[in-house]
Amino acid sequence: MNLHDLIHYVLNDLGPSLHVVRPELTLCATIIAVLLARMLFPVRKAPSLPYYLTLIGTALALVFLCYDVASWRSTNALGQPYLMASTAQSIFTGMLVQDGFGVVIRTGLMFFVLLFATFTRVSGVPGDDDAAEFYVMVLGATIGLCIMVMANHALMVLLGIEMASVPCYVLAGILRHRRTSSEAALKYAVFGAAAAGVMLYGISLLTGVLGTAHLPTMARRLAEWLPRTSDPQYRATAGVLLLGGLMTLVGLAFKLSAVPFHFWAPDVFEGAPAEVGMFLSIASKAAAVALLTRLALLFSGGAETLPAAAPIVAALAPVRTYLAELIALLAAVTCTFGNLAAYGQTNIKRLLAYSTIAHAGYMMMPVAAAVVLMGDTAHRERAGDAVAALVVYLGVYLFMNFGAFAVVAFVRNARRKEGTASGEAIADYAGMVRRSPAVAVSLAIILFSLVGLPPLAGFSAKFAAFAALLDAKMYLLLAIGGLNTALSLFYYLRVVKVMTLEAEPEQHPAAAIGLGSVPGIFAAVLAGTMFLIFVRWEGLWAIGQVAGQALTHWTTRQ
Amino acid sequence: MLKPLVDALSEPTVLMSLIIFLPTVAGLVLLFFPKDQGETMKQFSFITTIIVFALTVWIALPGGRPGGLGFSLTSPHMQYEVSHPWITSFAINYHLGLDGISLPLVVLTSFLSMLAMWTSWPIQKHVRAYCILFLLLETGMLGVFMSLDFFLFYVFWEVMLLPMYFLIGVWGGPRREYAAIKFFLFTLVGSVLMLIALLMLYFTSDARAVDPSSVTRHTFNMVHWAQLAQLSNSPFRTTMLLGQSIGWWAFLLLFIGFVIKLPAVPVHTWLPDAHVEAPTPISMILAGVLLKMGGYGVLRLCYPILPSAADNHLTWMVAIVGLVSMVYGAFAAMAQKDFKRLVAYSSVSHMGYVLLGIGVCSATAGNLYNSDAWQMGISGAMFQMIAHGISSAGMFFLVGVVYDRVHHRDLDRFGGLFQHMPVFSGISLVIFFAALGLPGLCGFIGEVLVVLSVWKFSIVLAVIAAAVVILTAGYILWTIQRVYLGAEYKGPHPEALRPMTWREIAIAAPLVVMAVVLGVFPATLLNYTDATIAGLVEQLNPARLSAPPPMIQVPLNIEKTTP
Repeated sequence: MNLHDLIHYVLNDLGPSLHVVRPELTLCATIIAVLLARMLFPVRKAPSLPYYLTLIGTALALVFLCYDVASWRSTNALGQPYLMASTAQSIFTGMLVQDGFGVVIRTGLMFFVLLFATFTRVSGVPGDDDAAEFYVMVLGATIGLCIMVMANHALMVLLGIEMASVPCYVLAGILRHRRTSSEAALKYAVFGAAAAGVMLYGISLLTGVLGTAHLPTMARRLAEWLPRTSDPQYRATAGVLLLGGLMTLVGLAFKLSAVPFHFWAPDVFEGAPAEVGMFLSIASKAAAVALLTRLALLFSGGAETLPAAAPIVAALAPVRTYLAELIALLAAVTCTFGNLAAYGQTNIKRLLAYSTIAHAGYMMMPVAAAVVLMGDTAHRERAGDAVAALVVYLGVYLFMNFGAFAVVAFVRNARRKEGTASGEAIADYAGMVRRSPAVAVSLAIILFSLVGLPPLAGFSAKFAAFAALLDAKMYLLLAIGGLNTALSLFYYLRVVKVMTLEAEPEQHPAAAIGLGSVPGIFAAVLAGTMFLIFVRWEGLWAIGQVAGQALTHWTTRQ
Repeated sequence: MLKPLVDALSEPTVLMSLIIFLPTVAGLVLLFFPKDQGETMKQFSFITTIIVFALTVWIALPGGRPGGLGFSLTSPHMQYEVSHPWITSFAINYHLGLDGISLPLVVLTSFLSMLAMWTSWPIQKHVRAYCILFLLLETGMLGVFMSLDFFLFYVFWEVMLLPMYFLIGVWGGPRREYAAIKFFLFTLVGSVLMLIALLMLYFTSDARAVDPSSVTRHTFNMVHWAQLAQLSNSPFRTTMLLGQSIGWWAFLLLFIGFVIKLPAVPVHTWLPDAHVEAPTPISMILAGVLLKMGGYGVLRLCYPILPSAADNHLTWMVAIVGLVSMVYGAFAAMAQKDFKRLVAYSSVSHMGYVLLGIGVCSATAGNLYNSDAWQMGISGAMFQMIAHGISSAGMFFLVGVVYDRVHHRDLDRFGGLFQHMPVFSGISLVIFFAALGLPGLCGFIGEVLVVLSVWKFSIVLAVIAAAVVILTAGYILWTIQRVYLGAEYKGPHPEALRPMTWREIAIAAPLVVMAVVLGVFPATLLNYTDATIAGLVEQLNPARLSAPPPMIQVPLNIEKTTP
């Protein structure tokens, strides 16, 4: 390919590529608009301008994404509408990829950011002075997360993670006058930098051995290369590959706050406002687990068109075993440790931090199952269903954690208004059901959903994830997951117990939030969502299947 | 004017859903009551439970009524069957139905819920929350007995957990929080095991083998599972772990889950705590209904999915767990100083009969299959469940009556109640003798059927089981002696020993009547259970199982919904 052809190719590629990333471009434009608006209109004159701009920007991005999803709508033989997993489209000369999985996850992310922006308005954080910075950081991080989800090139993986992380470090330290906040931000940044460094090293090892950084090509080269490992002279190189894979996983595990790379999470969640915790625990985690899924399935043979590529898929069997065992181990440890560590917590945000760690463990379970099921080339839909289970989990988790952090923020606000203590200790929730019944009951419902009890959404998520494990015959992991459900009951229930069974403290009565107030309605609606999703999670599953098919059924790929 | 109502009620979907969800709807309505209307809320909830009870009786009336409605006593199949798709991607259906095993339990549930709600009159703390939780609990209990889709069953099973936790934890005695979380944790562990079994069975099931019209491969349909298990090439016979089949593992997991609820030794420890701390109406529900779910689950799921359990070591496990519970529960009851704790341990002992009766299924260990003996065993177990539902609820109610007056339950500080409360003592005698198994009262029939069937199974077990009857008589007679007889009352508040109020008499009266009716005319109940149990026993006949696949087509009255 000479230079002329190359330029021609890039130019031809650019138009469709830019078309695909309209949502991200919209976010970029929004960032600029927010910053400019702050320069042109002083805070006093237009205090809520950044908020409205953010709202409009994310809504527009969401519309673009919904349009992408809708363009894939089709009808089956019976005339029922369903979403068709479109063929994957490489964009920006193969750096990113547009497929059903990416669109579904990005739509979820954008939906979350929109909800999140609305919520910040209700909760009053950020304050007017910080608003522009806060929203710029959130939008910037979101762009990074979208890139993570779409990454098709090792470089973009790293770029996406970094782009998402740096704004998050700033968000963690947004409370400038609070010592714990700054400390948490610093800890987060140092940890993040170290993890990124390790990951970069891992990626360089992998690309060095495989001679490319284009992920599908890497997977294919790996398949060609693997049979040679029986030759003793390649033993050392095989070790390098294993190490590279492990180190790459470290970077992802950090973003996922998987044990043992979770140390930043409790400190950051405690130090930063609940709003930031909400963003980190939902958006950041969803993108990280999506990226993990994409990478894991790519190297399990997901890039290959069947049945022609069956030998390649078969050759990747050792990779599948390696990845499945590694992810399963990480999932089991993360889940168990998160649940056990949550016991001793006295701060509600710290408790929720450990809860999100545990949930990261649950989320990795269907990923491990999907990797195992990729080996069944005759029934690729099984692996697809495991991915669908993950998507259902993410969808449900979005609402559950949103609700939990929202209530924490409301209680904090209410107590601040009453001039009492910060209201973030679990003891501050004592007897809340007397003075704010709606919020207390809503939080109880959300916490029970986090345990995974029917008839609440959390059960649907757990059911789907466990179903994937069983389909993959991962009985040990299933048993660990089940045991953890029982373990997690204690600490969630403790919060509920404090709210409902314990007496109100004499001196600092619990926060009073009426059902009629905006926070009350907000919490009640979120709790109601738990029931609604449980009754109709079919829709979420259908969307998940689109995502799953995209990762497991590719027909064309450059 | 009544015509449209009757027509609507003749539609099984409407009728069955109404029975399950009417309490929930009533609970939602309660949210809109003014705060100070506690008494009205209780009355409203009570009326709801009466309506639900009326509906279950309406369903239970024998067949042959105009409109084709009624319960057929001769059919071993599911009746009032309702099936609508719910989550099609997992083949989960809103599938309800009743047969001779579930119907008596449904009626028992609505009956005891009604009485327990009436017993709740003295509750003054957070009345609205109490009524709502109580009604949600009733929905869960009815749903469990009426579900034929295991996913649905599981959902209802779990739905009961939260209301029960709060009912014990908020309205209970001094150690309520400990008792509530213990109950929750034990049941949740059981549920998790059930969830694993549920997934295992789902992923191995193949509905197309028993129902050619099935669109999906996997199914949660419990009726289909039972049919699948009987095929000689049943997918449940696939070897899974440690050389045992999927059916075997599922049996074990489900059995542990159900036995926790039953409860049997050694997983019974939550029960005495929960009972002692729970308020009286909740103790009634707990002993009367919740414990039955364990026995029901073993009958409905464990054996049908693993017919070969009838002739292998598992059945010995079931029988021995049952026997150990009987003996241990009886001895433990004898050692109690607390009246309520004693009744709680008597429940452990009595529920052991249920397991033993179900467990005698191989009937003739090592010899030929004797379906008569097993049928007798299961009938006895079934009868024992209903009888215990009545006697234990009655006993907890009576303990509650006396506790309301003197505020203690120390058995050593009673005595002479006969002088102060003659009516109460008379009622107590009937109920306690029913629990003891005195001929002519309900407890006798179940025990005698079980012990007789065990004789065929193992003489040693039968002798021990019969000996437990003596132990039972021992602790119950001793209790009567300590509480009701004697010269004078020895405890505090003797002045509070007023006679029973009319409300308390009205609650106890139906229980007494049922105890006598079932004891004198056991056929009242056996007529309902016989056909189904005979069908079940025939299904599980190992001789028939080893024969070529029979392909029994159970006529399913499912409305075919077009996809």
